[in-house]
Amino acid sequence: MKILIPQQQFTTFSPLTMNFIVGRCPLTLPSPPVGERVAEGRVRGLRREILVRGILSPLRGEGIPMEGPCRFYDYRQLSAHYSSMQSARVRLLLPLRSLGGRGEGWGEVRVFRLRSLTTFLSLFVAAMFTFVSAAQARLNVVATTPDLASITREIGGDKIELTTMARPTEDPHFVDARPSFIVKLNKADVLIHGGAELESGWLPKLIEQARNARIISAAKGDVNCCEGVKMREVPDQLDRSKGDIHAKGNPHYLVDPENAKIVAHHIADAFSNLDAVNREFYVAKAKAFNSSLDAKLGEWQAKLVPFKGQQLVAYHNSWVYFADRFGLKIELFLEPKPGIPPSPSHLAGVIAKMKETGARVIIVDPYLNRKTAETVARSTGATVVDVAQFPGGVKGTDNYVALLDYLVNALANALAEKK
Amino acid sequence: MTVLASALGLDTCVLQAQETNEVEQLKKQLQQMQENFERTQREHRQQMEALTQKLDALARQPQAGATTTVAAAESPAESPSSSWRPSDPIRVGRGSAYMDIGLVGTFAVGGSTADDIEGGTQLGGHDPNQRGFTIQGVELNLMGAIDPYFRGNANVLFGVDSEGESFVELEEAWLETISLPGNLQVRAGQYLTEFGRVNTQHPHSWSFVDSPLVNARFLGPDGLRNPGARLSWLIPTPFYSELFLGVQNSQGETAASFRSSGHSHGGEEEEGLPFAYRHPDNDRGVGGIGDMLFTPRLATSFDLTDNQVLLLGASTAFGPNSSGMTGDTTTEIYGLDMTWKWKSPNAHAGFPFVMWQTEAMLRRYDAGMFDWQEEADAGEEAIIDDDTTLPATLSRETLTDYGFYSQVLWGFRKGWVAGLRYDFVDGEEGDYEKMNLSFDGSTLGRDPERNQRWRLSPNLTWYPSEFSKIRLQYNYDERRDIGSDHSVWLQFEFLLGAHAAHKF
Repeated sequence: MKILIPQQQFTTFSPLTMNFIVGRCPLTLPSPPVGERVAEGRVRGLRREILVRGILSPLRGEGIPMEGPCRFYDYRQLSAHYSSMQSARVRLLLPLRSLGGRGEGWGEVRVFRLRSLTTFLSLFVAAMFTFVSAAQARLNVVATTPDLASITREIGGDKIELTTMARPTEDPHFVDARPSFIVKLNKADVLIHGGAELESGWLPKLIEQARNARIISAAKGDVNCCEGVKMREVPDQLDRSKGDIHAKGNPHYLVDPENAKIVAHHIADAFSNLDAVNREFYVAKAKAFNSSLDAKLGEWQAKLVPFKGQQLVAYHNSWVYFADRFGLKIELFLEPKPGIPPSPSHLAGVIAKMKETGARVIIVDPYLNRKTAETVARSTGATVVDVAQFPGGVKGTDNYVALLDYLVNALANALAEKK
Repeated sequence: MTVLASALGLDTCVLQAQETNEVEQLKKQLQQMQENFERTQREHRQQMEALTQKLDALARQPQAGATTTVAAAESPAESPSSSWRPSDPIRVGRGSAYMDIGLVGTFAVGGSTADDIEGGTQLGGHDPNQRGFTIQGVELNLMGAIDPYFRGNANVLFGVDSEGESFVELEEAWLETISLPGNLQVRAGQYLTEFGRVNTQHPHSWSFVDSPLVNARFLGPDGLRNPGARLSWLIPTPFYSELFLGVQNSQGETAASFRSSGHSHGGEEEEGLPFAYRHPDNDRGVGGIGDMLFTPRLATSFDLTDNQVLLLGASTAFGPNSSGMTGDTTTEIYGLDMTWKWKSPNAHAGFPFVMWQTEAMLRRYDAGMFDWQEEADAGEEAIIDDDTTLPATLSRETLTDYGFYSQVLWGFRKGWVAGLRYDFVDGEEGDYEKMNLSFDGSTLGRDPERNQRWRLSPNLTWYPSEFSKIRLQYNYDERRDIGSDHSVWLQFEFLLGAHAAHKF
C-alpha cells in the first residue's frame, strides 16, 4: 500500500502487521518537542490503558527530521504493548516536523489493529470521519494534461497538491477513465482543464461520478483554461465526415506561449479566490512566470525568424497555434483528416506537395506512428523530428519552458540543416 | 462652466463694492480658477487620447498575432453567429443545446447450424436472432443537466423482431443528483441494475456481438433493469471504492429470475417447457418491502502500475420470484467480476491495449410446488409422471445454477481489436430432473434452461473511427444433450450525434 503523508492528514495500512494508522497534526502547536526521537503516548484498549514510551525510528532513510514528502515511522515496535487486545488506539506525540508539517509541534497518531471484520468496519467508519473532518491545508489540484500541470506547478508551488491525469506520452484525446481518477476528482478543490473538448471523451463521466460540487461546471474550482484564448479553426458547421473536429476549435492551443500566459492568469485567479491567504504568492508566481515567458519569447522568435514562412509537415493537426506564433507554416498533414489514419494515396499526395513546396521537416508526437513519417521522409529526403505537446513527452523537457526550448531548438536545427 | 459663471457673477458684485484691493484679489482668484479649469480639461484630453491609443492597439493586436494563419480557418471564428435559415439542417451537439442527442444503430448478418437460434444458441434479447439480417437495436440516447440539482438520461431502443414486428423498449430513463453531501449520489427512474460489468452496458458498448450466456440465463435476455432507485456512496478511501444499494420493482420481463411472468422476448421460455418445468405464474404482487428487488454492489479499483488498472466488484440481487403456490419463494444471485487493463504509455487513440474481463455468477432459485393436474383440469397439455401416469406434482426445492465468462481483448493496432471469450453455464441436477417425466409423448431429461453448455467466441473488430465499427465473430456452441453448433455473425454499427464519454 502506498504511503503518502499530506501536510496534516495521513492514513496508511501495513499488511505485515495488519495495522491501520490514521493520523492528524493539529494546526495550533502547543509546545515544542522535548526530544525528536522520543515518542510517548497512551494505548487505550478495550479493557485497559497503557502508557507507551519508546524510540521511533524512521521507516525510510536515516535520521530525523527527513527531507521530502515521505516521512514515516516504524510503529511496529509498539505492537508488543497491545498485541493482546482486539483493537487498540495508540496516541503518540510526535514532533510535527517529522510528520511532514512545517514548524515544530505535536501530532496525533492512532494505530488500529485489524483482527476481525467488526474492527475493520469500525476502522472504515473512523477513517471516513477522519477524512471528512480533514482540515484543508494545501489546495488539492487536478490538472487534466501535463502542460496545464506544468503551469499549475509554476504558480502553486508548494502551496498545492497536484495530480496530473493524462500522461505526457499518450494521446490526450483517449485517456482511460480510471476509477482512481474519480477519487482524485472527488477530493479536488480545483480542476484545471483545457475546456476545448480535448478531454471530452473521458472527463465528463469522471466528473459525474466524482460528485464534487467544488469542481463542477462554473464552480469556483472549475478552471476552464481556454477562456480568453482566441481559438483557431472553429468549424461553422459540425460534420464528422471531415474527421474528428472539435466544435470549439482546435484544442491544442497551449504550444503558443501567449496562450500559456492567459492560462497562468486563470490559474492564479482561481487559486487566489480559493486560498486568499496566499493570494500574493500566487499573483507573484504568475507574474514571474509570465515575465519569464516574455523574456524567452523574444529569444525563441529570434531563433526561428530565419525560417519565416517555411513549410513543415505534421502527422496530426495540433500545431496551428505554434506555427502562427513563430511564423512557420504547418499545413500539410500525414493524416488525411483529423483522427483518420494515413492512406497510401493521401501520403503520395503529401509527398508530391512536399516536393512542390520544399517542405523538408516532418514533426511527430510520441504516440503517433513514427514509421509512417519515416517512410515519407525517405522518399522526400526530409528529416523526422520528435516533438510533443506536453512537458515530459520528449526526454529532458520537464516543464513548459523546457518544452518550448526544445521545440524551438529542434525545429531551428532541423530547418537549418535542410537549408 | 457653472464654476466660471458663478465666478463672473462674484466679480460684478465686487466691482460694485469699488474696493480695488478686493477686485485685484478676486481677479487673481478668477485667474487661478481659470487655470485650474484649463488644466483639468487638458488632463482629461490627455487621458482620453491615451485610452484611444490603447484601444487602437488592442484592436490591432489579434491581426498582428495572426500573421501566417490559415485564412479559411480564420473566417468562421470571426462570424460565429450566422443566423439559421429554415433550409438549414438542425444540428444538436455538446454544449450548444440543453440536451445531447445521440443515435446508435447496431445490425448483424450471418447464420448458424442451429435451427433454434433465437432463445436457443443466442439467449440475449439483442443478439442476432435468425439467419440473415437482425436489427440488434437502434438506440436513441438523450442526456443533459436538468437543473443545478439533477442530470437526466434516457435510452429508448427501437427494434424489429424476427417476425418483422416493430417494437420500442425503454431501456433507461433516470435522473441523478449532481452533488449530494457525504459523497452520496441517488439515481431514480428506469435503470440498468448495477450488477457486474456487462449488465450496466448498452449492447453497443459490448465487446462481442452477443450477450454472455451467464448474463442472459441469470439476469435475463434483456438484462436486469427495472424502475427503482439507487443510492451510491463513494467510500472515502485512498483508492476507489464505491457501494451501491439499489431497490427496484421485482416484476416484469426485465427481472427474469424474479417475479417474471415467464415470457420475455427472445428468451428461452417462449418455446417448449417453462423454466424448472413449472409455470412461474404466481405473481403475488407487492405486499411489503420484502417483495422488492434489492441489488447491493461493492466495487473497488487499484492502479497496479502507471499502465495497469484493476477493477473488482461483488454484486448481489435478491427478491421474490413467482414460482409455486405458496407465495414465499425467493431468488438470490451472487456475482463477482474482475477487469484488468493494460494500455501502452504511448497509446494512440487508446491503442494498443490488452483487457481481461471475467464475471462469475451463482443463482439460488427457490422453485415452488407445482401441480400439473390443475393444468390438465384446465384442458392444457400437462407433464406426465411416468411412474404414476398421472399429471406430475413437482415439489418445492432450491435450484442452484452457476456460470461465468472470461474474455480477453487485444487492441493490437489503432482501430483493430482481436477478442476471445469463453462462456460456461451449468446447474446442479434438481429433484424434478431425476423424476421420470414426459411431455407430449417424449421423455424429459435435464431442464434445457439449466443444462450445461459452453461456448467459445473469437472475434475481430475494426473501428474505422470512434463512430463506426465492423465486427466479425464466430461462435462454437456445445450444449449437453443437444450437441455442437457453429455460428458466424458480422456486426456493423454507426453512431450519430453526441457520444457520451466512456466509463472505465
